Amino acid sequence: MQPLIKVEKLVKRYARRNRGGAQEELRALDGVSFEVFAGTTLAVVGESGSGKSTLALCLACLEEPTSGSIWFKGRDILKFAEKERRDIRPQIQLIFQDPANSLNPRWKALEILIEPLVLQGRISREEMKQRAYSLLGRVGLSAETAERLPGELSGGQRQRLAIARALALEPKVLVLDEALSALDCSVQAQIANLLMELQGALGMTYVFITHDLAMAAHLADEIVVMNGGRIVEQGRVERVLREPREEITRRLVAAVPRMTRAPMAPTGR
Amino acid sequence: MASVLEVRDLHVTYRSREGGQRAALAGVSFDLAPGEILGVLGESGSGKSTLAAALVRLLPANGRITRGAVLFEEKDLLQAEPEELREIRGGRISLIFQEPSLALHPTMRAGQQVYQVLAAHGTTGKSVLREKTQQIFAMVFPEEGERIARSYPHELSGGQRQRVLIAQAVACEPSVILADEPTASLDPTTQMEMLGVLRTLREKLGVAMIFITHNPALLAGFADRVLVLYGGRVVELGPAAEVLREPRHPYTKALFQCVPAGLEGNGNGRKARLPAIAGEASVSDLPMNGCAFEPRCGERMEVCREREPTLLGVNEWHTVSCFKYER
Repeated sequence: MQPLIKVEKLVKRYARRNRGGAQEELRALDGVSFEVFAGTTLAVVGESGSGKSTLALCLACLEEPTSGSIWFKGRDILKFAEKERRDIRPQIQLIFQDPANSLNPRWKALEILIEPLVLQGRISREEMKQRAYSLLGRVGLSAETAERLPGELSGGQRQRLAIARALALEPKVLVLDEALSALDCSVQAQIANLLMELQGALGMTYVFITHDLAMAAHLADEIVVMNGGRIVEQGRVERVLREPREEITRRLVAAVPRMTRAPMAPTGR
Repeated sequence: MASVLEVRDLHVTYRSREGGQRAALAGVSFDLAPGEILGVLGESGSGKSTLAAALVRLLPANGRITRGAVLFEEKDLLQAEPEELREIRGGRISLIFQEPSLALHPTMRAGQQVYQVLAAHGTTGKSVLREKTQQIFAMVFPEEGERIARSYPHELSGGQRQRVLIAQAVACEPSVILADEPTASLDPTTQMEMLGVLRTLREKLGVAMIFITHNPALLAGFADRVLVLYGGRVVELGPAAEVLREPRHPYTKALFQCVPAGLEGNGNGRKARLPAIAGEASVSDLPMNGCAFEPRCGERMEVCREREPTLLGVNEWHTVSCFKYER
């Protein structure tokens, strides 16, 4: 079987000035390769600054990698001209950590859901409205939500709305960049369940970028562990987290907050 | 031992733009022993940030404390004059907030920002101030205190910035630190490191802490006791090890089940749903009578709608507000 996404030797360099004012090169991605099969979830984990978010932007065609390839359905999308890429972008949607920053605060939910359909311009206004209402239902929001502004919704409802908007163009892949991190534990569980439902119903493929290893273990099939722009370990999520081979993975596993953790040193009174 | 902080029947309401009143805290009581770490566990709308703000009277303009007492070293802060409060805040009771990049001055060196805290709270003499600042940095950054003190916030990592805030918080040797989600924006390795720093400071300085979070797993091995807030009420309070291992309130139980159990998964590939709590804690329409959690509770009974449960002792140290435990 052919993978839906195949990333090969992906490199993204940023130029920046250091304190002395000299040009310096930051290798945000330094030769990253992995595959994702349709209908599965790949977790991408690592500490802050490991290159996770740069990877998300490159996958969603929002950053131009310096070199390497991203094969999507067997074709290298980095070789595409801008016009062809416009057909790819709707199929790979990005969801951010804080939906409060990615939803227009002055638009009602209905307008937010209709906008991508308007931009695509393939169906009538009436059909768009119908689609918007069915999207609300799909993500577990009531029809009354359509008339609400993002500011009138709770964090969980806003993230559901962001997911509904991402689904509007019937994407194949959702890239979720810390999409659960800003939510309360009980709301995280609700959204995680929603993601699993959508995967079951629509065959969605997820790239789940997170620093929450427990949630990665819960949702993902495969995992890649990043550090300094490189993948240091990858494989089945059970194997990597149960028997980590690399020091960095071990460190991340050790830092997972566990309900059963013993008292921290130095011990109490 | 006498408590360093005693909160008695604290009520806070917010005035909405339409002129209505909304209760955010409805009768919160607890005490804090010297050197104790109390974990306050609550989700959005539980009133946890209101609690932190109310304790030091930093509520937003539309918030009002309508009843209760906050006794700090036997003095009621709710009756204190503004002048006294200014001395206590940042001095005897200090605060650590969530976002270190917003809490630090961007164009002032880290050392200067601790120096000024000391100066504002009555330390005088440049050489004394400099020396004290140095000592504080050496304590919070055992390895590179001097370099960090000379750095600007943007030159520091998230974890280092959070440590600078901790340095500010301990500068005046407070008796209580109020920390509102201080590790939420950090990645897990840095998060653990920060909990270790706070634990160490507790050992060294004997400072008590109220550590507010929405993540129960952070409190394991860190807090001495856990207070669970729901709908502006204390629903459970007990020793951390006991509450985390054997929660009694239906809300606490349900909340803990929402957290993925660990890294082991269920072992056989296909994943189970997480047992999420149905619905959301809606702040605006908490029931007027009865238990705040009743609408979402899987174990609700007839009585839960009729009157509000009070805190009952399940043992000497552990209390829970649920009719299930009434006998």
